[in-house]
Amino acid sequence: MSTLSSHRWNRLLPWIPPALLLILWQLLAQTGVISVRVLPSPASIVRAAWTLTASGELLQHVIVSSRRALTGFAIGGGLGLLLGLATGSSRRLELLLDTSLQMLRNIPPLALIPLVILWFGIDEAAKLFIVAIGVFFPLYLNTFHGIRSVDPGLIEMARSYGLSGWRLYLDVILPGALSSILVGVRFSLGLMWVLLIVAETVSAADGIGHMTMNAREFLMTDVVLVGVLMYALLGKLADVIARALERLLLRWHPGYQS
Amino acid sequence: MEHNPAAIEAISRHDGHLRGTALSLRGIVKRYGEREVLRGIDLEIQPGEFVAIVGRSGCGKSTLLRVIARLEDTQGGVQLHNGRQQLTLDDTRIMFQEPRLLPWKRVLANVALGLPPARHPEALEVLTEVGLAERGQEWPSRLSGGQRQRVALARALAHRPRLLLLDEPLGALDALTRIEMHELIERLWLQHGFTALLVTHDVQEAIALADRVILIEDGRVTQDLAVRLPRPRARGDASFAALEARLLDQLLGRQPQDRDHASDLAA
Repeated sequence: MSTLSSHRWNRLLPWIPPALLLILWQLLAQTGVISVRVLPSPASIVRAAWTLTASGELLQHVIVSSRRALTGFAIGGGLGLLLGLATGSSRRLELLLDTSLQMLRNIPPLALIPLVILWFGIDEAAKLFIVAIGVFFPLYLNTFHGIRSVDPGLIEMARSYGLSGWRLYLDVILPGALSSILVGVRFSLGLMWVLLIVAETVSAADGIGHMTMNAREFLMTDVVLVGVLMYALLGKLADVIARALERLLLRWHPGYQS
Repeated sequence: MEHNPAAIEAISRHDGHLRGTALSLRGIVKRYGEREVLRGIDLEIQPGEFVAIVGRSGCGKSTLLRVIARLEDTQGGVQLHNGRQQLTLDDTRIMFQEPRLLPWKRVLANVALGLPPARHPEALEVLTEVGLAERGQEWPSRLSGGQRQRVALARALAHRPRLLLLDEPLGALDALTRIEMHELIERLWLQHGFTALLVTHDVQEAIALADRVILIEDGRVTQDLAVRLPRPRARGDASFAALEARLLDQLLGRQPQDRDHASDLAA
């Protein structure tokens, strides 16, 4: 009985500070201590979110933004994975490509925005490019590192037990690199939203970034905050999915067993 | 015939005691840069024999085993044969110091590693032989150290090797588990009839298991003793202890004192 209630108490505990903050915020907004222009009350944000949801506008923006984020992630992450596998598996390819890639890695993707606008204008490709280039490097680096840190003893064992070529790759090298690759996936998913926010804020005709920038022009601070909340929720959702993927794919790993 | 695994399989199944391969080593030399680790090893091992190679750490005994398993290349000749025909490396399996199980494969899948799909049912048979049939669907991380080495032993035996190389596989286990493993290895060796080559620094382990104990010092064979004690061997036995003392004396560079009894046994 007491263990059950303390268990419940532990689950409740993390929610107390945000709840208190919300109450304080609502009180300050209602009494007019904070101007509605600066920070509308939580209640009015909920109302704005409801209106936007009811009209279908919010969902539309979320779908557009998510599609952009995932497409960029698939392109950049896929390339990062492939190149990481290639340079991780072959010393010659590492020699050929790694120095150039390390050089490119030191350019912050956001510094490319002016160039990207010159190249692609402000259409869809510009946003995809920024996201893709940003998520490329975490996946590339972690895949490369993962392949290189596979226990050589296991590879030696597998070879002496008759595994070679694709069998060796699929049974030993890839699973050995997987935990590192998944760390790369989590990093990339975090970066994916950050980069998309900036890209959409710079220029977009739809998406959450467009919604918030539009609202800013009409001084609709509540809608801006709804947009911010949506980014937070989508970011969290991506992380939850990545963690679920880790628990599924690494269920053999003592660190991920419940 | 050598290229027909099914034919070899048929022979070995019907004629268990002929399974082991003979092994000839001639002038095995191994250098790492300037350092000469093996300085010309010649050895003849009979089919089905259990040979233990003993030596201090760094004497080259593990390197010799790795040379035989072709994990290292060498000047000199390694030959596996069964009297009439050459055998391939496929007939050799090695058990390492660490279990080296793939942590992302279930125990049973680890045992089946490298087996053609048609022979996968045999994995469960050998897992049963090492007494772990009911743990087949677990992850290796859930097993104890001794159990993991038993899985590694099953994985080696699943390939029905003619030569089993054991590279100090019990070094990390506690004393009681080691004794259990000795019994298991001896039983499976008698049953399967493979040739066994065990590298160890533990003189007692060597005498408990081997037909022949070979001492390697400084990259050379310095002693080749036949152990003619009846199996299963009792560690407390006087002749066992005498033989152990004699080998230890040699390893530690001490003068053998009064060991006539031991030399009788190990003529």
